[in-house]
Formats: sequence, structure tokens, C-alpha cells
Amino acid sequence: MELFSANDVSKTYASQQALTNVSIAVDEGTIFGLLGPNGAGKTTLIRIINQITAPDSGSVWFDGRKLKPEDISQIGYLPEERGLYKKMKVGEQALYLGQLKGLSRKEAMKELKIWFEKFEITAWWDKKVMELSKGMQQKVQFICTVLHKPRLLIFDEPFSGFDPINADMITREILQLRKNGATIIFSTHNMESVEQLCDHIALIDKSKKILDGPTKLIREQYKSNIYDISYRGIFDINTHDIASKYTILNHQENGTGNRLSIQYPDGSNSRELIKDLIEQVEIISFNEVIPSMNEVFIKVVKQNS
Amino acid sequence: MNKILLIIQREYTTRVQKKSFIILTLLMPILMSAMMFLPGYFMSMDDEQTRTIAVYDGSSVFLGRLESSEFTKFKYVPKEEYQIIKNDLKKSNYYALLVIEPNFLKTKTVQILSESNIPWDVKSQIQDKIQGVVEKDKMAEVVRQTAIPDLEQKIAATKTHINVDTIKIGVGGEAKKTSTEIGMVLGYIFGFMIYIFIFVYGTMVMQGVMEEKQSRIVEVIISSVRPFQLMMGKIVGIALVGLTQFALWVILAAVIFSASKSFYPGTAKAEQIQNIMTQSQDAVQQAAPQMDKMQDIFSMIGTINFPLLISCFIFFFIGGYLLYSSMFAAVGSAIDAPEDAQQFMLPITLPIILSIMVMMSAIKNPEGPVAFWFSIIPFTSPIVMMARIPFGVPAWQLALSMILLVATFVGMVWVTGKIYRTGILMYGKKPSWKEIGKWLMYKS
Repeated sequence: MELFSANDVSKTYASQQALTNVSIAVDEGTIFGLLGPNGAGKTTLIRIINQITAPDSGSVWFDGRKLKPEDISQIGYLPEERGLYKKMKVGEQALYLGQLKGLSRKEAMKELKIWFEKFEITAWWDKKVMELSKGMQQKVQFICTVLHKPRLLIFDEPFSGFDPINADMITREILQLRKNGATIIFSTHNMESVEQLCDHIALIDKSKKILDGPTKLIREQYKSNIYDISYRGIFDINTHDIASKYTILNHQENGTGNRLSIQYPDGSNSRELIKDLIEQVEIISFNEVIPSMNEVFIKVVKQNS
Repeated sequence: MNKILLIIQREYTTRVQKKSFIILTLLMPILMSAMMFLPGYFMSMDDEQTRTIAVYDGSSVFLGRLESSEFTKFKYVPKEEYQIIKNDLKKSNYYALLVIEPNFLKTKTVQILSESNIPWDVKSQIQDKIQGVVEKDKMAEVVRQTAIPDLEQKIAATKTHINVDTIKIGVGGEAKKTSTEIGMVLGYIFGFMIYIFIFVYGTMVMQGVMEEKQSRIVEVIISSVRPFQLMMGKIVGIALVGLTQFALWVILAAVIFSASKSFYPGTAKAEQIQNIMTQSQDAVQQAAPQMDKMQDIFSMIGTINFPLLISCFIFFFIGGYLLYSSMFAAVGSAIDAPEDAQQFMLPITLPIILSIMVMMSAIKNPEGPVAFWFSIIPFTSPIVMMARIPFGVPAWQLALSMILLVATFVGMVWVTGKIYRTGILMYGKKPSWKEIGKWLMYKS
């Protein structure tokens, strides 16, 4: 079931094309990675979802119908460029932001208590924001985003400003939110966390969508016949024309373990490779290398330019 | 709608709770009264310095006839001493040396020699005294020549002070005694107050917008409310702060007024005024007619239509403030740092400053064409019209001015709302006028 979709959305600012016929569909209860280089148009798309700005053409759908202004209360947004009122007290501010999202003061208070206890920050309630460190402010901001239990959450670089321990905590919270049924659009340049979190990704470059699909499938797609092999024995790359038949990426032989990283050409297959290998050595492990999202990202964006 | 109330509430409470607001509200009336009374006080303090002036009278007209007053003493010196003093004024104990040449009656000129600049009031005191003596001599000469008995007293009796009562004929011939002076003072005070309010609270709006943009909270908020709601919530919230301050000042003034009234019962007021007046020099001779006048003024203050004045003040304050603060908000949204404000502030401050200049002439000639037109044109009308109201303004002019103000305000908010909506999300380089023009064309 799709919770959110954008169909053929275009947006132009003055002379600059921000989005060109972009379509995405986000399934309910999944984490959707919105990727792309800086200035590709991600923020514009996110602002359209938040109804901060409207598309020039195309349509935006939420929960099976066109997105309406009232849907704002169902959406939580943590922008990349974020901040709080520096001179306002933490608790008061969180209450205010919760109320702006449509919670009553009472509900907001109740939810805030739960979150503040969970994050162990109850003592900060009466502190001014300017007295908190950057990481502390980010925690408060995260709470303010999820406080009203939105069905759709948009996190833009949620880990910036967090130390590894807190980043890990936020990762767990995001996974927990998905488990509780929330749908999440996640925008980041940290490809490791994309692999870890995202069920589905879309890659936008130069205002156009250039890649879209489930994370696992995309990585499979960008496999390039590379295998990591560890073995016993001596492997001579000059016998049977191994060196000309395959591309040797890495080859180490020493007392503790012998390793080989090898790529076969298109048209060949792993059976051929194994055949050529077992003639000479005893194979301990044989693994296909799946490219990291980082590699996929760089490859796809470079191809596009 | 509920959300805009939330925004108004936040803008209002965070500002009213600030220490600076409370202190300023309490201190302002004290500062204002200090500004009115301190100059007079200092003037009187200054006079307490005793100055001894050496007089060399070569003409022998004045010997013994320049009377010393409390703080200015005259000492006559012979020619020899005069030369010594003149050569070394510093060593002598005299403050200054007054030289009257032998041919004084022809030249009508005297000289005051001193090391430092002679204060204006000392100079005028000496001038008055010398003139007095000469006039007296001339008078005596005329009396002697004409030989008319009691001529001096008869001439003195010709001096007359005329009172001009200004009476306004209302509808149905009802006559009201008015005071041009009170009109001018009230017009000035109210016009100036609108000027201050527009500047102080308009700038506050601009700072508030900039604070939200700089702290980057704005994107979080406009994902919950429309940018227009945020802008209007801020403008209205700060307007309420201004009205609260004004109300507190009115209450404070009323309390002080009634407290001082019970402190000095009866004629105390007139005495107080006399005290103030005597502190300035030339007021001494006019004290009596001034006192009459002051009592007149107090009786005439009652004839001013204060409910109309106050309600017009509130209307023009709100109207003028809304018009200008929406422009201030647009400027705040367009820039990243306060330093960049200058360029965009000019078109806003220019009409405000023009208003104040026109107001000065409008209080002198409230019915003239300059006062009329500028009290109708929306950008200057809040200040200029306010200055005219104490003199009485025809209802149609008031209505026209108000309608135009409201219409302009609505149009201006529409335009500035568009600039604001785009500006708050623009970071980086300072926009040019051309770019701001383009923002108007953007679809939401």
C-alpha cells in the first residue's frame, strides 16, 4: 500500500530547473532513501511533500488521495538546516512545536514526558536552548519531529551533529518507528546508513530521477562479476592463461591465508571461474562481491554527467 | 486559525516577560519627564555661580547705576586699575571686564573682555541693564523737555497685554473655546508617538524574522503553518506588545497625575507651573500673564475630545504599524545578517522621516494643502493625520484617510507576504532588488 506518491512533478525557480518529471512512490511502513548529490533537487521535493512550496506541474498523493493542507499534522519533518529558538526554554519550545502540529497542550505534555524520559533529558526542561550542546539540541529536535506520531516522517541528514553513540540510538529509534508502522523518507549522503536502513531508494541528479528500486535489488544490479576467494595452496596466475582470461584485482599469498579478488568478463560465469581455480588450489571460501551503495552512487552519478 | 493564535501567543508572551520590556515600560515615563524638566533644573543650577565683573566706565554715565544681582556683581574700577586688569585678566579676581568707552553715547557699544566665552544669559543681563539705564536717561530728558506731569507713569500705562481667545463654532452654532497651543502640543506628542512606535516595533518584527531565519527554525515551523500565518502571527503578537506598553503608560500617567494632584491640593498646580517657568530667565517678567494662560489651558484641556483622540491614535498606530511592519518583515526575510539591512531599509525609513518633517509644518497649519495631502496619502497619513486630529478634522477626510490606509495595508501585506515566503528559505548571497522582484512572480 502506497502512503505517499509524487507523479511527474516538475518545479522551476526563475531560470533554474529544480525537478523535472520526478515520480516516486513510498510504501507504507517502509524506509525510503532519497539520495542525490548536493543541489540535485532533493530539498525541493521534500519541501513539496511538506507543502512549503507547490509543484509547477504534476500531482502529489497522500494515503490514496491528493495531498491536502490538513495532512500537515500527519507529517513530521526534520530539515537538514535546523534550529530552535535559542532564548526559549526547551520544554516550552517542544510544547509549542507540538501544538503547532495540532496536538493539544495536554497531549503534547504527555508525549513529551515519555520521550524526555526515554532520552534521559528530563533535567533540560527548563534550560534555554542556547545552554545546550549541538548534540543535545539535535535530540530535542528529533523529539519535536516525532512527537505528534506522524504517519509520514521525513528525515534530512538526521545523524549530523551526533556522536556515534547517539547516532546509534537515533538509528534504533528510526527502526522502532518503522516497526510501529510509520513510513519514513530518509535523505542522506551517508551511504552506509542507507544500506543499513533503507528498504527502497531513489536517486535524483540534476533535477531528474536516475535510479529507483529496492535497495537489495539495486545493489544486485550493479554487481560486476567480482569474487573474493580464500584458498589453500599455491595459485599461479600464469598457467592456463588465467591472467589474460580474468582481471586480477588483488592477490596475496602468505603463511596465514591466501586471498584472491578476481573479476570474470561478461559472458563467462562463476562455474568457469571455480573450474579454473580448483585445478590449482583448495577453496576455503568463495563470495560474490556486492557493491556498496557508495560505489553504486558514484558510478551512477558519474555515468549521468 | 488556531495555529495563528498560538503564534501570536508565543510572540506576545516571550516579549512581555522579558526584563528589558518591563524595565523600559517603567523607565520611559521617568525618562520623558526627566527630559522635560532637567534642562530647566540645570539652568537654575548654573546660575548659582557668583561672577564679579569689573566695570571701567570712561563715559561716566553708569557710575553706581548698574545694579548687582544675586549672582552677578559689578565693581567699578578707576582707569589705572583698569589698565592693570586688562593686561592680566587672569591674575585679577574678576570674571570679566566691562569696558564703556568715553564716546559710548555715540557708538552705543560696550565691550566685555574675558578669558572664556561669556554665557548667553550673562551677556543678555548686562545688555538689559545698560539699555535700562540709557532708556531711563532718555525718558528723563523727554520728561524734562516736554514738562508734562506724570509722563513716565502715563507712558508705562500704555503697555498692554492682549488675550486672543480662539473659539470654534461647531455644528448648530455651539461655540467652544479652543487652544491652538494645546492642539500643537497634543498633535506633536501623538504624531511623534506613532513615529516611535512604528520604528521600535517595526524593527522588532524585522529582528524576530531574522532570528527565525538565522536560527534555522523557520523551516520546521513552516512545515506546520503557512508562512503567511507565521508572518501575521508575529506582526499581530508584537502589535499587542506595543498596545500593552501604551496602555501601561496611560495607566502609569493617570496614577502619577492623580497622585500628584492629591499631593498638591487646590492651587498647587499653578504654583508648580510658576516654579518651572521662573527657572527660565525671561519668564520672570511674564510670570503673571503666563499663569493666567496656564489656568486657561487647563480648563481647555477638558474641551479636547479625548475618546476620539485615543481611538484615532489606536487606529492609526495599528494601521501605520501594520503597513510598515509588513515591510520590515519582508526586509528581515530577505537578508541573512543585520549588516545587509541598510540597503533595504531606506525605502521604508524615508516615508517615515518625511512624515515627521511634514508633521512639524502640519501642527502649525493643520488645514493647509501639505497637511491635507500628506494626511490622506497612506504612507505618511498615520503620523500626519494624528498631528491634525487635535485641531479637528472633517469626518470625510478622516474616513478617506482610514479607508486608504486599510486598502494599502492589505495590498502591502499581499506583496510582502510573497517576498517573505521566498526570502525566509533563501540563504547565501544578499538578494538584489531585481531578484526580490522575481520572488513576487513565484507560485507558492
